[in-house]
Amino acid sequence: MSRVGEAAAVARPSALSDVLVIARLALQEAVRRRVLTVVGILTLLSGALYLVGCASLKHNSTTIIDSEVIKPIVPATLLGLASFATLFLGSVLSVFLTASAVRGDADRGLVQPLVVRPVGRNAYLGGRALAAAVVAGGYVLVVSLFATLVTRIVFDNLPPSAWQVIPRLIAGVLVVTAVTLVVSCMLSTVATGISVLMAYGAGLVAGLLGQIGQSLGAPTLAHIAAVVSWALPFEAMYRDALQQLSPAGPLGELVQLGPLGGADSGGVGLWLFTAAYIAGCGLLASWRFGRSDL
Amino acid sequence: MVAPSSPPLVSAIGVTKAYKRAIALRGVDLEVAAGEVVGLLGPNGAGKSTLTKLLCGLVKADGGTATIGGAPAGSIRARSQVGYLAELFRFPGWATAEEVLATHQRLTHRPTADPAAERRELLVEVGLAQAATTRVEAMSKGMQQRLGLAQAMVGGPGVLLLDEPTSALDPAGRHTVREVLARARDRGTAVLLNTHLLGEVELLADRVVLIDAGRVVAQGAVADLTAVQGVTIETDEGRTEHRDISRDKIPALVKQRIREGRSIYAVEPHRSTLEELYLDLVGDRESDR
Repeated sequence: MSRVGEAAAVARPSALSDVLVIARLALQEAVRRRVLTVVGILTLLSGALYLVGCASLKHNSTTIIDSEVIKPIVPATLLGLASFATLFLGSVLSVFLTASAVRGDADRGLVQPLVVRPVGRNAYLGGRALAAAVVAGGYVLVVSLFATLVTRIVFDNLPPSAWQVIPRLIAGVLVVTAVTLVVSCMLSTVATGISVLMAYGAGLVAGLLGQIGQSLGAPTLAHIAAVVSWALPFEAMYRDALQQLSPAGPLGELVQLGPLGGADSGGVGLWLFTAAYIAGCGLLASWRFGRSDL
Repeated sequence: MVAPSSPPLVSAIGVTKAYKRAIALRGVDLEVAAGEVVGLLGPNGAGKSTLTKLLCGLVKADGGTATIGGAPAGSIRARSQVGYLAELFRFPGWATAEEVLATHQRLTHRPTADPAAERRELLVEVGLAQAATTRVEAMSKGMQQRLGLAQAMVGGPGVLLLDEPTSALDPAGRHTVREVLARARDRGTAVLLNTHLLGEVELLADRVVLIDAGRVVAQGAVADLTAVQGVTIETDEGRTEHRDISRDKIPALVKQRIREGRSIYAVEPHRSTLEELYLDLVGDRESDR
């Protein structure tokens, strides 16, 4: 064992290596606690169901599906539903992985031994965020790819911008991760989970209300929905993803009355806003955690 | 204040801290030198844990100055010199003892020639040699406490801040911890030992700091604080108790009794214990709360 005099030989701390150590710890926990196993098995099952559903739809409704009017609508509709499920499940996964990151784990005494080390608290936050982003973002990537491929193979047809949905869903789940991290600096695990999932639900409801507002010609409702979806930009990203699936022209208007309701293009501005939003969440979490007594 | 023989590795000067309206520390001064074990005593709520957390950067001071090896407490440079065992801590239940130590090795930023050998050595030192691959969730509270101590010593820190390190241990475990801390002191480590176990402090600490209601109410070498006060002399007339007489006056008193023609059978100095000192200064504060 080194003597005290040797303690001077301390290597220059590397924030990146600390982030990776913390992220690895969180990922190890997800593996050892069988979170990834359970998610993997359930994802395989739901993927199989999606495949069976697409195949039976194609098999049983060939006449309708092959008509030129309906043909572009079916894969878009299915991918719209798959996108909703993917974003929802990815968000739930992210919330469960991040809800205890700060206050919850500090209350249990897990954080203190780590942050007493020459690890910046920011590196701790970064590690937890990275782990959740890798798992939840990876989940969304894999499931979206699978759903898009299955749809393409079964129907031999995809909306032209179908692949553009995937980065938008990943961005949406990263927003949820960032929001959860901020809230976890202030609230206990359960309170964090409940509040973020309620905010998530509020975002989705706002999207539906906005669609109703547009259909009924109620601009105030549509305006409120737009404000909420930018305040919670995972919803704006979801709406932008749906927009990528919506056929152009009158057919698109028709489809938007259905499961792709709420589709709305955010443009480049949405990407910039989302990046700034996530960075802002990081800064807020850093500020809050940095001044917390543990 | 008793001045340590070498410059302090741990220093707190006029440190204050309040949690909203509750004042935890009201201007605490404390020093721990290299190769010194200082026992931090006081009733629950006295501010001991707050002071320990403040020194390792978990809590921010409202006023005063706290340093570790000359660096502001809580700074990266200060934390790189500290090993800390919290009173209420937990390691991930899924991790083995080896994995816990390996994680902390990575986070200490101290390159070790043979990390696996250091882990083995630490586990042997705290009596967990056979539990290297045991998961934390399968360990008893005492084993976890030992692992916590090993974790605190990862990288051979210059300063050990230990908050109730023996609270969950049986007598054998406490003995092991005493030996570990004595060896750490011999290596030149500054040890701040926050505990309720006065016996541990009497056996191990070079100095004691007694805190009550956020203030230092006594500090000094254990021998000085537990100095002789009074003596009982047994003569042919019987036993006579002389209270409030200091150690240096006992020979003169004995000579006087001999001059008076008494036969002396026994001279029994009264040495106060830390417990008596503690009760004198702090009283049974717990029952008042």
